[in-house]
Amino acid sequence: MSTTLYDKIWNDHLVHQQEDGTALLFVDRHLIHEVTSPQAFEGLRNTNRKVRHPNLTLAVVDHNIPTTDRSKGIDDDDSRIQIETLDKNCKEFGVQLFGVHDKRQGIVHIVGPEQGFTQPGTVIVCGDSHTATHGAFGSLAFGIGTSEVEHVLATQTLVQKKAKNFRVNVNGKLALGVTSKDVVLQIIGKIGTAGGTGHVIEYAGSLISDLSVENRMTICNMTIEGGARAGLIQPDQKIFDYLKGRPMSPKNENWDKALDYWKTLKTDSDAKFDKEINLTAEDIVPMVTWGTSPQDVAPIDGKVPNPENESDIDRKNSIDRSLKYMGLKPGVAIKDIKIDTVFIGSCTNGRIEDLREAAQILKNKKKAAHVHAMIVPGSGLVKEQAEQEGLDKIFINSGFEWREPGCSMCLAMNADKLKPQERCASTSNRNFEGRQGRGGRTHLVSPGMAAAAAIAGNLDDVRKYQN
Amino acid sequence: MMSESTKIKMQKFNTLKSIPAYLPIVNIDTDMIIPKQFLKTIKRTGLGKNLFFEMRYDDNGNEIKDFSLNNEPFNNSRILIAGNNFGCGSSREHAPWALLDFGITCVISSSYADIFYSNCFKNGILPIILEEEKIKELSEYSNRKEEISIDLNEQKIVYGNNEIKFDIDPFKKKCLLEGLDDIALSLEKSKHIDSFEKKLKENKPWIFND
Repeated sequence: MSTTLYDKIWNDHLVHQQEDGTALLFVDRHLIHEVTSPQAFEGLRNTNRKVRHPNLTLAVVDHNIPTTDRSKGIDDDDSRIQIETLDKNCKEFGVQLFGVHDKRQGIVHIVGPEQGFTQPGTVIVCGDSHTATHGAFGSLAFGIGTSEVEHVLATQTLVQKKAKNFRVNVNGKLALGVTSKDVVLQIIGKIGTAGGTGHVIEYAGSLISDLSVENRMTICNMTIEGGARAGLIQPDQKIFDYLKGRPMSPKNENWDKALDYWKTLKTDSDAKFDKEINLTAEDIVPMVTWGTSPQDVAPIDGKVPNPENESDIDRKNSIDRSLKYMGLKPGVAIKDIKIDTVFIGSCTNGRIEDLREAAQILKNKKKAAHVHAMIVPGSGLVKEQAEQEGLDKIFINSGFEWREPGCSMCLAMNADKLKPQERCASTSNRNFEGRQGRGGRTHLVSPGMAAAAAIAGNLDDVRKYQN
Repeated sequence: MMSESTKIKMQKFNTLKSIPAYLPIVNIDTDMIIPKQFLKTIKRTGLGKNLFFEMRYDDNGNEIKDFSLNNEPFNNSRILIAGNNFGCGSSREHAPWALLDFGITCVISSSYADIFYSNCFKNGILPIILEEEKIKELSEYSNRKEEISIDLNEQKIVYGNNEIKFDIDPFKKKCLLEGLDDIALSLEKSKHIDSFEKKLKENKPWIFND
């Protein structure tokens, strides 16, 4: 029978299946961080259980960590306790940790690929919904809850039911200034925030193959904002080249064996999908969110929608609520929306290519005087690379703060947060109420668009700034 | 045969009677259910007072009067009815922990985000899926501030003289009814895991990195 890439990975990881379809799935790679793991380790201790395969688990601190100077320790007691708890748990259970002072520390979904921990054809889980990022490598990667983290630590497996197959085809070429962030925002706008619920999405088409590895990660990363737990892309030569020689990539004869296997990871040409949509890359323009759900998207040339034009009552109420929260009036041009803050970073857009994209726009330009702008590299290695390329100088010269790596203002668990009513152009992934700080107003954009907004002081079209 | 250790962790769910609270909002995300400042805990308990924090308290930390869960009798509700796509966004299990700590052990919506849905079952919370139509009926009934009852075994909700049947995965139902610890259940399949790993080491030696 013809199968999809998702079917193949699923079948290849079936440890046991009950008659009702409930399956025990083997987990090849488990990433953990300080926020969703303490209760899992506590559970292991209470039941006298061990971590079954510490060497298949990698820990990193990211959510809570300050992005300012860390040499004097962490001021916030709760954050410090959580970070110390991870350190203690990793020591006790024998798990490798990239701690606060490790150069390899960074956002878990940036660190995994960077180290070669993320590999094609694997099942990868993490107590974080943006785990779908790793699907860019042709792995089945998804977010889990803390009870499931404990389950994976104890058994190296997970209890799952199979999801349905959903394919999103994007064909054609993107115009200058349009990025994979705009592609994924467009997709979410089209399918809605629950459009992928119960499905695994495979991204395919000529545009997806043309994208770089890092740009593919941006698309897979936001799969969860469309409701699908996992999004994946068939691995190709770009992926194999990316992984070759990374610290945790297979070595020597194992590399050859792995490569042979990875090359088999393809959806059969006649495989059936439960759902399928098509997008044309040429139709995609720079996108901005105006509301409090990632599906609330508009083209940069667009306007804030009018709830009165909605026939669906739930949708009307939801737009009403969003506009009230966002402090926006129907019909206002997106480009007339003034911003206070710019945040460039996160597991969606905190990689070196994202920083290059922003730097290209910011070179020899200053941010608007009233804008507070910060760049938070996704990992210590991204930071180091950016500094070698002189990108930090470009950012600092244009008035940005150049920070230490972490999740930062994407979820505002550390000190980096918006004040009430503060408005931010952000390269992160969620514009939920209060996400970046209580009362804070988030507009999701690409790194280039965030840079353009910083210069203009309002949401603006990055295509005007292309050199 | 199930060993004794499989029956430790979770509160069993069987029947439940309560006046339901209704939140007429769609896409209630887990950031709304429990905002990030409360994720710094290393415990599962104590989150109930911060459930729906942003909607429930004003900037000075005072309860907002017109938020239903702040008022009698809904501050004691054990059943929550809400708009579709409940629990979307972050995977944080703090969301079901907060609901549970507040006292809510049953949520009724027309759809849930996958991770939240799965997290509920790990904590003895029953997430019921009903058609929009039925949600409307129930939410209107909730205005009466009268008890409704949930019977998981019979898979039915009884309100007044009416009842609604609901579907649920049989295995998930069994785990809730018996309060089973699924780690222990999976560990009982150790020999399957062992043999899977043995084959894996032969076929994909790079996975174990040795």
